[in-house]
Amino acid sequence: MLVKFYIKPRKGVLDPQGRAVAENLRSLGFDQVKDVKVGKYIEVYIEESDKEKAVEKAKEMARKALVNDLIEDYEFEVVD
Amino acid sequence: MLKFGVAVYPGSNCDYDTYTVIRDILEKEVEFIDYRRTDLRGFDCIVLPGGFSFGDYLRPGTLASHTPLTYALKDFAKKGKYIIGICNGFQILTESHLLPGALMPNDHGKFICKHQYLRVENSNTPFTNQCEDGQILKIPIAHHDGNYYVDQDTLKEMEDNDQIILRYCDEFGNITQDANPNGSLKNIAGICNKDKNVFGLMPHPERASESLLGSEDGLYILRSILNSL
Repeated sequence: MLVKFYIKPRKGVLDPQGRAVAENLRSLGFDQVKDVKVGKYIEVYIEESDKEKAVEKAKEMARKALVNDLIEDYEFEVVD
Repeated sequence: MLKFGVAVYPGSNCDYDTYTVIRDILEKEVEFIDYRRTDLRGFDCIVLPGGFSFGDYLRPGTLASHTPLTYALKDFAKKGKYIIGICNGFQILTESHLLPGALMPNDHGKFICKHQYLRVENSNTPFTNQCEDGQILKIPIAHHDGNYYVDQDTLKEMEDNDQIILRYCDEFGNITQDANPNGSLKNIAGICNKDKNVFGLMPHPERASESLLGSEDGLYILRSILNSL
């Protein structure tokens, strides 16, 4: 199975990259841009046929390594 | 005989500077410690040096925090032995929860490398006992991720417990936004744990230990450790 993690700066936490990209997009004429968040996308391929177990493993991986929940939010999905 | 250890992770790059200062300036016994090692008997103080351990992959300090040496450091800290994490070493200490908070990318997004004034906020620690409260130190910083952040409840706890050791200031000791080089919460540059035996700081005292290099103020910190041991 494949676990797709989407990690982004936590709400309220400063995101200098996002701010710089937002300014850049506006300078290119995209006046509609209100805000940008720049995060990370991680693919983890695992040997696991039980989806529920895969979900549990994914949460554990996020907690132990992939995400620092003090400064980051994340979502994930498990794909066959 | 006092003995220092300098941790070496793949990508550490201030390990030799730190080693040399301990050996030649402090004139103390010192040994490199490989990141796979777990036996820390005989050491009194372990320094986690600056650099880019494991290439800063994932987040600075994360991969180093999951190594045999860092796991062993948790027991070492519990025994009351001293640990000092400098720059990337500080990041390793927060990622391994030996210190509270996190070090985020600098608010301006740039790497900074310059001399920086710091104010000693608590001189009653094993790492600052050769300083006075309010003393101003000039020590270089060199980092991309030094923007300290912690939640409000933990910050309050840290302040109540005098765990904030160094803050970025101007040359007169004023804690201002202009003197804050990286967006760090409350200008925080260095903190310790509740028991005050684990210290993390972004500035590099080992780069300010010889007058030839422009400042000897780093010695206040390194000599404080000697005085505590």
